[in-house]
Amino acid sequence: MTGDGMDLWRRLRGLVCTLVALYLIAPLVIVVIISFSAASFLQFPPPGLSLRWYVNLFHDPAWTDSLAVSVQILIPSATLATLLGTAASYALVRGRIPGAQILGAALMLPIIVPAIITAAALFGVYRGLGLNGTLTGLIIGHVVITMPYVVATVSSGLRTMDPRLEDAASTLGAPPLAAFRRVTLPLLLPAILSGLLFAAVASFDELIVSLFVSTARVRPVAVQMWSNIRGDVDPTIAAIASLCFAFAFLALLAEGFLRRRSGTEGQR
Amino acid sequence: MNPPPDRRALLLVPAVLVLLVAFVGPVGWLLARAFTQPQPGLQNFQAIWQRQGYLQVLWNTIEISAMVTPICLLLGFPIAHAMATGSPRLRRWLVFIVLLPFWTSLLVRTFATVILLQRTGPVNALLIGLGLTAEPLPLLYNMAGVMAGALQVLLPFVIFPLHAAMVRIDPAYMQAALTLGARPMRAFFRVYLPLTMPGLLTGATLVFISTLGYFVTPAMLGGPHQTMIAQLIQDQIAQFGNWGMAGALSLLLLLVSGVTLLLLHVTVGLKAAAR
Repeated sequence: MTGDGMDLWRRLRGLVCTLVALYLIAPLVIVVIISFSAASFLQFPPPGLSLRWYVNLFHDPAWTDSLAVSVQILIPSATLATLLGTAASYALVRGRIPGAQILGAALMLPIIVPAIITAAALFGVYRGLGLNGTLTGLIIGHVVITMPYVVATVSSGLRTMDPRLEDAASTLGAPPLAAFRRVTLPLLLPAILSGLLFAAVASFDELIVSLFVSTARVRPVAVQMWSNIRGDVDPTIAAIASLCFAFAFLALLAEGFLRRRSGTEGQR
Repeated sequence: MNPPPDRRALLLVPAVLVLLVAFVGPVGWLLARAFTQPQPGLQNFQAIWQRQGYLQVLWNTIEISAMVTPICLLLGFPIAHAMATGSPRLRRWLVFIVLLPFWTSLLVRTFATVILLQRTGPVNALLIGLGLTAEPLPLLYNMAGVMAGALQVLLPFVIFPLHAAMVRIDPAYMQAALTLGARPMRAFFRVYLPLTMPGLLTGATLVFISTLGYFVTPAMLGGPHQTMIAQLIQDQIAQFGNWGMAGALSLLLLLVSGVTLLLLHVTVGLKAAAR
């Protein structure tokens, strides 16, 4: 009796897992296949294979310009978000600061508040400052949106790290800065790099704030994709989507690698 | 009497400053418009209340969020359970499969869903091939499309909190219930399910409030009947320059999300206290 019920549940669970896994992966597989299509519209299965959409991606100035803009936003915003987020996490987790819990929650607000509200608000305030359509405006918006990812990753990294290691360093006479640089930082580095990676991916993918704040002349990839999807759809968009997907794949492998490293180092 | 101030607090200053100047300030500015434009007063809220079209959009928003949440929980539960109790190998695969879309841009996944579900797409080809339907089914630009797209995006939000709750459950509890003669179903509903409640509630809240603010999914996969509040806010600004209305709608959206989060805080807080 008991065995039967458990067996049924196992089988049902296996079925749901398989179907959901297919459902999560199928769209990604199909996009990759279509990106190599020879047809000039989104036909599946494609009638033939070609690399024309990848060629188009790197020759069409609309795409190359937006790729350049995205990189120019991503590098400074992910770096800033990582620096500010790491400093804040350190203070929140290790400091004895009244109201640290509330401050920590406040720092997560930009990913809790719907992006449309942040986007509309920044667009409205930027109008008076002439920041719409500028890289500066976009970078500020992206720092705000991506910082919570860094705070979450680095804080959880710090929480799993034994504070006695730092205490030992200072008891043995290391000045606070040296203790941080020689003990905390190396141990925390995997978490910080994970946060940086998270922030970079989030910045590259960010659409809604960019949609409001950018203009036709300064337009990141996500916005270019958006206007393309809304207009004439050709498989170029599948090509860029496949590249994003490949990037996510590599990022995930890198993240897993970092996590494993920090995991083993934490156990030692 | 007071403990000496911790100098590490200074490390918080840059992040908090950015948050205040580039987030709290602007959002406050937007929300204040609700009461000041076009004239001081509550006329924006009255206008929402009086316009059938706006109320319909608010209703759509709540309806879609309320429909997505239970489906997400039902589909996410077995996966989280397999992740929590399966072999390490299975666990690694499932984490990878669930995280891969999570790392892939929302836009890319939504676009892929369009290809998958279009009239001539693979899903319809499969259904016709299996003889389940003679005509291609309308899977896009309606509720089915929005559900399919939203679930794609939101499943990880329930799977991870559920998984976190499940790994904390001692398998001995279920074993004890079964040994003492409870049938598996009863043991599940009386012992296992209540123990996953913090994870279920957290996942449900995350899904519900994320869906409330959805913009890309209903715009790309839904039809006119699935217009949601975020699209309405964008229209107010981009088409009409009506900042008062945009502020009022934003305030409503924030209010619903805030109340939902508060409910989570109260219930899960109580659950934790009861243990």
